[in-house]
Amino acid sequence: MTHKKSAITIDDLGKRYLLGSGGGERYRALRDVIVNGITGLFKRDRSQQEQKEFWALRNVSLRVEEGKSFGVIGRNGAGKSTLLKLISQITEPTEGEIRLRGRVASLLEVGTGFHPELTGRENIFMNGSIMGMTNAEIKRKFDEIVDFAEIAKFLDTPVKRYSSGMYVRLAFAVAAHLETEILLIDEVLAVGDAKFQKKCLSKMENVSASGKTIMFVSHNMASVKNLCSKCIWLDSGRVKMIDDADKVIDSYLLAGEEMGAQKVWNDQDAPQNSWVKMRSVRLLNESEEPAANFKTSEPVLIELVFEVADDGNRIVTGYHMFRRGTFLFSASDQDHNEEKNIRYGKGVHKVVCVVPANLLNYGEHNLEFVIGVNNAQIKTGEVLSFRVFNDYPTEWLGEVRPKLEWRI
Amino acid sequence: MKERIIKRRKGFISIDLKELWVYRELFWFLAWRDILIRYKQAAIGIAWAVVQPLLTMVVFSVIFGGLAKLPSDGVPYPILTFTALLPWQFFANSMRASSQSLVGNSAIITKIYFPRIIIPTSAVISGVIDFAISFVILIGMMGWFRVMPTLNFLFLPLFIFLAFIAALGVGLWLSALNVEFRDVFYIVPFLIQAGQYFSPVAYSSSIIPAQWKFWYSLNPLVGVIDGFRWCILGAPAPDWNNLMVSTLAMVALFVSGLIYYKKMERTFADII
Repeated sequence: MTHKKSAITIDDLGKRYLLGSGGGERYRALRDVIVNGITGLFKRDRSQQEQKEFWALRNVSLRVEEGKSFGVIGRNGAGKSTLLKLISQITEPTEGEIRLRGRVASLLEVGTGFHPELTGRENIFMNGSIMGMTNAEIKRKFDEIVDFAEIAKFLDTPVKRYSSGMYVRLAFAVAAHLETEILLIDEVLAVGDAKFQKKCLSKMENVSASGKTIMFVSHNMASVKNLCSKCIWLDSGRVKMIDDADKVIDSYLLAGEEMGAQKVWNDQDAPQNSWVKMRSVRLLNESEEPAANFKTSEPVLIELVFEVADDGNRIVTGYHMFRRGTFLFSASDQDHNEEKNIRYGKGVHKVVCVVPANLLNYGEHNLEFVIGVNNAQIKTGEVLSFRVFNDYPTEWLGEVRPKLEWRI
Repeated sequence: MKERIIKRRKGFISIDLKELWVYRELFWFLAWRDILIRYKQAAIGIAWAVVQPLLTMVVFSVIFGGLAKLPSDGVPYPILTFTALLPWQFFANSMRASSQSLVGNSAIITKIYFPRIIIPTSAVISGVIDFAISFVILIGMMGWFRVMPTLNFLFLPLFIFLAFIAALGVGLWLSALNVEFRDVFYIVPFLIQAGQYFSPVAYSSSIIPAQWKFWYSLNPLVGVIDGFRWCILGAPAPDWNNLMVSTLAMVALFVSGLIYYKKMERTFADII
């Protein structure tokens, strides 16, 4: 029996963040510190008593064998990204320890360190170097990277002129060609078109087959199942389950924890009242295929299917859109002329609302559906979740990023 | 393969020189990127590196040499100030660049690990290019004004090194402070302006009364600039006691900067 060594060993790991008592204020002004006495400069922890603490991760222990792929799943905010940040040494654990055998490369975000003004060629060198490659290594891998990214023609064009697809391809290509023993990947495959996602996945399978250890965070259960042998399920920073990937994913899906891009109710648990019953809700892309990831330049189609018991009811459908916990807007098919709201007769109805392209900002969005009947209401709670990705490398501030008409 | 252990570090944090060696190329890569971007976006590009010190020299020569008639220690006033502008502008540019360096690279800091000390250091290194360009101008000026270099010239690398350490010391302090206190951004321009008058840039340090010399020399740039003038112009040798004071002040600045930086480094990614 061969006993494999472990590449990553984690013991009782925890990461605590302090939330300022004053709310979201992250930076302090120097003048405050000067007012409070110059000692504040050296004692950062001075006001700890006043601050609330929050454990992003606690009591996590696991072992990843060399050459194996390990999945990390859980809802948003479960601590998945924090785990990767701790392993990649970006931030320091509050308690516990991590033991690593081998160099670590992390791909936590596509194109980190890319500079829009630099050309593709310059960015390959820059990015590779930040990720810990030597000049010689980059030169050796250069052709392979360019080949994989399919950007040979645009090598000497500044990346600010790249399409989002090219940008993502180049970024993934650099990371995938790192010669490290351990590779950490966080949900980056969600960007880019289906063909490229497939290419990335098969590249990762190759990487894995070549003996590298991979830790893979994803919301896409199919790719986790495909790639990983073991898996951890995190819930609110705690370990819910560690086992074979198949088992963990099955329990996870069974628990209905994952807010997906569609939801189908059975007769009993569907939100309903005596007039109306929800059947299903889902998200579609421009070509009306189910989707969970959208680009900012794409419309999001929101579909609601419901069943009406009788004719003659005043029925209004709608939904609430949330972004990262912020209530963004509500939308409804309501007509101001109340009489006109009597339009859904007995039977099953399907309505689709098109959220136009260039309205939503990047990030996690959740949806709650509401149907109003006569004077009553049925609500689903937040049932759908989807992500919007930036088309342009720069982050825009604000809850929405509408493309407006400018008269210049 | 050796195992690495990651856990919470306590107390004084030493510098992992071996790790810095592994990442040695990144120092240069980041500096190279800064230079590339700086001059890609400028209309007249790299010419700024020539125009800026030359214009400053003209202004100083006219105002301090021409109008105020300050003594020039027997060399043409333009070359007197230019010799000082060389280390001073290097220092001021480094201070500007390094104080913004961590905040400017926050996207990388929160996503990738590498020794954080590379960032402000590279910002200082990128100033070396401008320094080199100015140096070429200086050599041209020495030919024009017929100033012959003396053997003192051989000591110049020492003073360049001191200028580098002084810039890095200030850079470490300001970059780390700026992560936590964003008002550093407003303080730096003021520091640079004040520093220029408290350093013998536009004038010769020979005009400082003897009883103030000690306090004056606490400014690390005083030793550096006097050293530059001594090496290049064969000006009177700096007073060794005062030079020692300057050097000690510089070392204190550098070491304390390093300690403060290493202490703050652990939380950069969390608060930036």
